[in-house]
Amino acid sequence: MYISIPLSYIWRNLIARKLTTLLTAGGMALVVFVFATVLMLEEGLRKTLVETGSPDNVIITRRSAGTEVQSVVDRDQAAIVENQPEVAYSTNGLRLASKETIVLISLAKRSSDKASNVLIRGVGQKGIELRPQVEIVEGRMFRPGSTEIIAGKSVAERYYGAGIGETLRFGQREWTVVGIMDAGKTGFDSEIWGDVDQLMQTFRRPVYSSVILKLNDPAAFSALKTRIETDPRLTLEVKLESVFYAEQSQLLANFIRYLGMMLSIIFSIGAIIGAMITMYASVANRATEIGTMRALGFRRNNILSAFLLEALMLGAAGGVVGLVLASFMQFFTISTMNWQSFSELAFSFTLNIAIITKSLAFALIMGGVGGFLPAARAAGLNIVDSLRAV
Amino acid sequence: MEDFTEPIVQIRQLTKSYRRGGQIISVLTNISFDINSGEFIALMGPSGSGKSTLLNLIAGIDKPDSGSLKVNGRDIATLSEADLADWRAANVGFIFQFYNLMPVLTAFENVELPLLLTRLSRDQRQERVELALSMVGLTDRVEHYPSELSGGQQQRVAIARAFITDPVILVADEPTGDLDRASADDILAMLQRLNREMGKTIIMVTHDPYAAKSAHSIRHLEKGELDVTNQ
Repeated sequence: MYISIPLSYIWRNLIARKLTTLLTAGGMALVVFVFATVLMLEEGLRKTLVETGSPDNVIITRRSAGTEVQSVVDRDQAAIVENQPEVAYSTNGLRLASKETIVLISLAKRSSDKASNVLIRGVGQKGIELRPQVEIVEGRMFRPGSTEIIAGKSVAERYYGAGIGETLRFGQREWTVVGIMDAGKTGFDSEIWGDVDQLMQTFRRPVYSSVILKLNDPAAFSALKTRIETDPRLTLEVKLESVFYAEQSQLLANFIRYLGMMLSIIFSIGAIIGAMITMYASVANRATEIGTMRALGFRRNNILSAFLLEALMLGAAGGVVGLVLASFMQFFTISTMNWQSFSELAFSFTLNIAIITKSLAFALIMGGVGGFLPAARAAGLNIVDSLRAV
Repeated sequence: MEDFTEPIVQIRQLTKSYRRGGQIISVLTNISFDINSGEFIALMGPSGSGKSTLLNLIAGIDKPDSGSLKVNGRDIATLSEADLADWRAANVGFIFQFYNLMPVLTAFENVELPLLLTRLSRDQRQERVELALSMVGLTDRVEHYPSELSGGQQQRVAIARAFITDPVILVADEPTGDLDRASADDILAMLQRLNREMGKTIIMVTHDPYAAKSAHSIRHLEKGELDVTNQ
């Protein structure tokens, strides 16, 4: 697009009208802030849950259970699954599989004293080896056969009794936190892990919730899936762990997205109208300048481009400010009820290139839509009439 | 008096009317006259006589209802809007009563503005603008914004902007109307110099008989017609 009218004329006009420029761009910045924050929230949730699953891990649950909380895998079925030929071996010759059970307990939050559900996961010996993203950052791993537990970093920070050396009482027993695990901001940060057999005994559970196993070859997944899902002894469902957790994030992520997008759209209408009013005022105030430029030989499309560019600059300024504000949200971690596991899940706002691009594009669209009609009016002005508007 | 041979503006049977609130108001009726190359003419007449409309038509920022209007051999009444814009950029220099400078651009940038529509390089533009500003005596005001200049200085910037593209005609609508006598004299002297030394054809609309004296000839308009008894 050949503009001819110097950029300095365009941006200096924005600077000359400091207050209106500031207010209009500020309005757009707020909308971009909301827009980017929603996307960051959704991305944070998605990242937390999707990265919880490893791509070469397989999770086996009861058919149609959907979540581990609703799933039941009895001991015989678990044993059959564990011994499938596709399951990888660890260096010490044991199968890389973990039979796990899930229990929800209610703990009081350090911040508000209010109780919230926390997920306790009973894991097998290979449970931690199957999750390379999980690292014990303080203390040590629990001893099998004991009432020791390790708590995710987020749980340890947010709940009474979940810090290292502290004790929690559930299932009529005292459990000592001997280690803190950092799961790299994945869902495991919001869990407490203990010995699966101890937990099953405590809660008088005869069955597991799921079986996690590592494939010796990721390509073997479909063979394993077909065999297990068609085995008449088993009423189980086989999923890649990454897919399983991605599905878990969907309901909440969709809710956040739709709510956020609705809010953003409604707010953006306000911001677009704001930009439109500003630009119309700008056109009205500069009618003589427009007439003069046309008289000097600038064409209608030069004027259209210049005013459109001015509105786009307003949008871009709003976009950048909104994004800068939104980027501070990365320092916050929020927790919410994950409806699929009925437990609290902590996650942070996550900013990435895609969100930056989308937010800037959104800001430019707001500027462009808001600026188009005023720019068209500027371009459509009659030269003689606008020169008279002194 | 100079020798004017070639008419640079040929106006024949020019008619212009406006529609206002459902009524058609006739502004110019069957105007015919020539302006020779290198001539400096003043258009005078009472308010509403149509002198500014005539100037706008000659400058190509308005279109006649009928008649022909040849400037430098080209009938500009038949040009499309886009062609007319290009024609103005190349052939007409404008001087307005209220200077019409871009307030956010410096004196240099205001004068440079019409050159942005040419193929001149940045260096060539700079050279021309500096020369033009030195010709109007504003070498020391290059980086000043219009608000930092007096009315006379602003009009001098506007004059530099008007002749920077070396146009065929200069049109000036009440160029001294907003100035004190000293500044007005200054501006009129500058227009005379442009006419005399650079051979520019100048058409000036004015109310002021004193200003009109600077021109070689005066045309009077009365109710949309040339007052032939008063030329």
